[in-house]
Amino acid sequence: MPELDRALLPPLFEGWFASRGWRPHAHQHAMIAAAAAGDHTLLIAPTGGGKTLAGFLPSLIELAERPRDGLHTLYISPLKALSVDVHRNLETPIAELRLPIRAETRTGDTPQPKRERQRKRPPHLLMTTPESLALLLSYPDAPAMFRGLRCLIVDELHALAGTKRGDLLSLGVARLASLAPHARRVGLSATVAHPQALTAWLSPSAAVDAGDVRRIQGPAGARAEVDILVPDTRLPWSGHMGLHAIEAVYQRIRSAGTTLVFVNTRAQAELIFQALWRLNEDSLPIALHHGSLAREQRRKVEAAMAAGRLRAVVATSSLDLGIDWASVDLVIQIGAPKGVTRMLQRIGRANHRLESPSRALLVPANRFEVLECRAAVDALAEMTLDGDLPPPGGLDVLAQHLLCIACAGPFDAESLYGEVRRAAPYADLARNDFDDVFAFVSSGGYALGSYERFRRLHQRDDGLWELSSPDVARQYRFNVGTIVEATTLKVKLRNGRTLGEIEEYFAQSLVPGNTFLFAGELLRFEAIRENTVVASRGGTGEPAVPAYAGGRMPLSTHLADRVREMLATPERWTPLPEPVAEWLRLQRWRSVMPRRDGMLVETFPRGGKWFLVAYCFEGRNAHQTLGMLLTRRMERAGFRPLGFVATDYVLATWGLREPDDMAILFDQDMLGDDLEAWMDESSLLKRTFRNVAVISGLIERRVPGREKTGKQVTFNAELIYDVLRRHEPDHVLLRATRRDAARGFTDVGRIAAMLDRVQGRITHRRLDRISPLAVPILLEVGREQVYGTALDDLLDEAAEDLIAEAMPELVTPATQQTSLPL
Amino acid sequence: MATPIRVNGQSMVAEPEGTLYWPEERTLVVADLHLEKGSAYAARGQMLPPYDTAQTLVRLEAVLRRVKPERVICLGDSFHDGRAGDRLSREDGKRLRTAIDGRDWLWVVGNHDPAPCVTWGGRAVDDVVIRTLVFRHQAAAGAAAEVSGHYHPKAVVHVRGRRISRRCFIGDGRRLILPAFGAYTGGLNVLDRAIARLFSGQVVAHVLSGNRVRALPLTRLAPEWETEQKS
Repeated sequence: MPELDRALLPPLFEGWFASRGWRPHAHQHAMIAAAAAGDHTLLIAPTGGGKTLAGFLPSLIELAERPRDGLHTLYISPLKALSVDVHRNLETPIAELRLPIRAETRTGDTPQPKRERQRKRPPHLLMTTPESLALLLSYPDAPAMFRGLRCLIVDELHALAGTKRGDLLSLGVARLASLAPHARRVGLSATVAHPQALTAWLSPSAAVDAGDVRRIQGPAGARAEVDILVPDTRLPWSGHMGLHAIEAVYQRIRSAGTTLVFVNTRAQAELIFQALWRLNEDSLPIALHHGSLAREQRRKVEAAMAAGRLRAVVATSSLDLGIDWASVDLVIQIGAPKGVTRMLQRIGRANHRLESPSRALLVPANRFEVLECRAAVDALAEMTLDGDLPPPGGLDVLAQHLLCIACAGPFDAESLYGEVRRAAPYADLARNDFDDVFAFVSSGGYALGSYERFRRLHQRDDGLWELSSPDVARQYRFNVGTIVEATTLKVKLRNGRTLGEIEEYFAQSLVPGNTFLFAGELLRFEAIRENTVVASRGGTGEPAVPAYAGGRMPLSTHLADRVREMLATPERWTPLPEPVAEWLRLQRWRSVMPRRDGMLVETFPRGGKWFLVAYCFEGRNAHQTLGMLLTRRMERAGFRPLGFVATDYVLATWGLREPDDMAILFDQDMLGDDLEAWMDESSLLKRTFRNVAVISGLIERRVPGREKTGKQVTFNAELIYDVLRRHEPDHVLLRATRRDAARGFTDVGRIAAMLDRVQGRITHRRLDRISPLAVPILLEVGREQVYGTALDDLLDEAAEDLIAEAMPELVTPATQQTSLPL
Repeated sequence: MATPIRVNGQSMVAEPEGTLYWPEERTLVVADLHLEKGSAYAARGQMLPPYDTAQTLVRLEAVLRRVKPERVICLGDSFHDGRAGDRLSREDGKRLRTAIDGRDWLWVVGNHDPAPCVTWGGRAVDDVVIRTLVFRHQAAAGAAAEVSGHYHPKAVVHVRGRRISRRCFIGDGRRLILPAFGAYTGGLNVLDRAIARLFSGQVVAHVLSGNRVRALPLTRLAPEWETEQKS
């Protein structure tokens, strides 16, 4: 470390580090140097590297040397808990060094009087969330509050960039730059695939290579030791839960200090937790953590973890981010990791002492997942990360931000357009998109123009725009934020204790007396009262497990490519468990292996139907869209398809006629009219529209003074969608919806890339029976929801169900097929 | 495909659009148009698409062209609020006038429109009595034979893991409630006590589904979560 940098840490702080037996890290010095030079900075470091302190040190030093009043440093994190934890950690040096610094948090939980006071007399350091920042910016006194701001710290930037919350924050940051042009920006991030996207996000010019953000790389830390656990028990062909390995997982927990057990869905978390407790004869303290559990319950588990009282926590992505737990020494991932970057971040939750390696264990739930886990381990060894570049900012978020600006006071539309484009997600925002969003905010932006007299914004004589009524500001503040919750119901025990929330849809499928698994307990469903599910402990029989929309993350493009590469390279099968290697050898003998750069399609007859299995490896979302489009095409070609099913790896369709000519079936023109027609009708698009409508403020989730219990969205988004689609299909909110859907639920971008890649490289094998590689997907048939059936036709089935109810002996249940001949 | 329904001995037809036709009286019944609901929200700052009135009237025109009724009974809440009639666009006003022209058009009063707008024709009435039936906005407690609207009934069905929600007629052979016709009208689950308590005996939901009306018994329907269930 050069002497010059070392000199930057004042003796007071040097002494403090020494008194705690610490030595400042090189990256902490580098952060002080960057601050002294007045540079915007991105610090990339794994958790546990003193990253947050590195972000705050320059501010502490500056305030220690030149005490002053007013807001000096604003800290934004995606998690309230993180803000609270950071605040607590900062209080130590502030108290011990008697620094003239006041640090406070501000979140949705902050009491109203304190919030008022914070606006009038802000602390030196304020820790808050993107939503609270948006609210602060919407007050007319925002310029006074932020004028003296010197530093803005965005924590966990990797988790915010590319999301709608990140979009909202980026717009807020652009606003802050206008209010406080001298504030330095500091981003703190975990290791990511595209650091240049994060420097662009931080850059005041919003450009990728502007060179106005200094990048500081923290210590890499010791490399993680990652193993794959394949127990001697039968390796499942399909399924995602990983219960076959539960005994081995329990043994690992027993022999470790503290273990974090990550799973992919909340339903899986419930099942794994139950299964672990069935084995838990030692009564190890094992807890459960996921996003649907009651907040108090989650806080309790986090506190117990922090205090070292737990041996294991079974968690979903609810613990991907959060405060450091130095005591975790093993991370177990049950089910395939789906992405390398997320895996790295999960593994990084173990052992925050940088010198010693993190230990992690991947537990594949089926044979394909063995390949995926192997690919993830290779990728981690080579540090090839995945992750998409952040998409352009959402137009719905922009609409919300325009309203925020309007609430703060009169503004000039022209300069606002300039300001918005200084936020990286909106750097390329077209003028007409801005104008359309502006028109939407102002009076709905409809071609009919009939709402001119109800304008929310009007132009003054001096050309500035202002709110027509203070009611609009109240409405805005009630509905701020980009997180749109699914409609959920509270789950309460008879004694009134709240366990958490389940989705309305799941609750409706329960009948009194049904057993379901939630919050780690076997519950008996009693009734639905108001917006609450009343349950009692101890149900009997096979429990249902609540599922949640959008629970699963699709396989990343990068991992998919590695899996294809592994399949195509038999030399790489050696380290695979023998059942998997044998499975692949059989496939090579009975059919062929999919090529890395091409696509294998197999067709074969089975049970009076013709199956088509396409090895696409583009993730579930893309496969579901593709299945929809493909079956439409097959219908037109006369193959009489009956249905399809999709996994992360494979798409299978079945029908009455043998399909042929794959080049035509998988032609790129598939993404034309069919896609548009389907998208418009799709319930996925309606759901996407609901989010867009709420975020943009078209429909309110809450009405001031009229907070309804339960149902938060006050107007049925589907009705609006239908009317708007018919009368103004090009409305800016429908454009925003289609853009969101293309990269979310439908993943059209991946299909397009795949169809392009495999053009002329499709291998079609006609087989006389099912191939080994096709077994897993065929086992999913009947287990997955069937897509593509018109809802109204299902109503006829409801009538047929009545027959089944009356004469059950006539109906065979659709049970899973357990043995398939190879 | 329409479905014949008997209401207190009278032969009616439940149509897939949600209207009710009485051939013997050449009478069409429609409920809860809620014209200008969109602009009512816009006036309060929520800029819903302003096409709801046009869409509602165009759908109604199509029914009128098909069944050519001599009499039309609008079962109340035809206008979303007292000023809705004044907010109608010129084009929509013309549509409405043309629809009314040459017919006996009855605006039954509703809670949203206690004084329905008659600018484009028709006459406002508290209720209508024809043969054995009373036509009113909201079902009256203990009424023996009536046709009403007000509740915007919808039915929810679970099939194969999917939840399907559709507007519906609901009746027990003596009383019938029509689905709401307006483009921006949501629905109330027929299992809600507010609706369920009105009926006794064999209650059937006639569910609007595409171009058909499908009859489903209440036992096949799923509740909304506002509904209290007996455990």
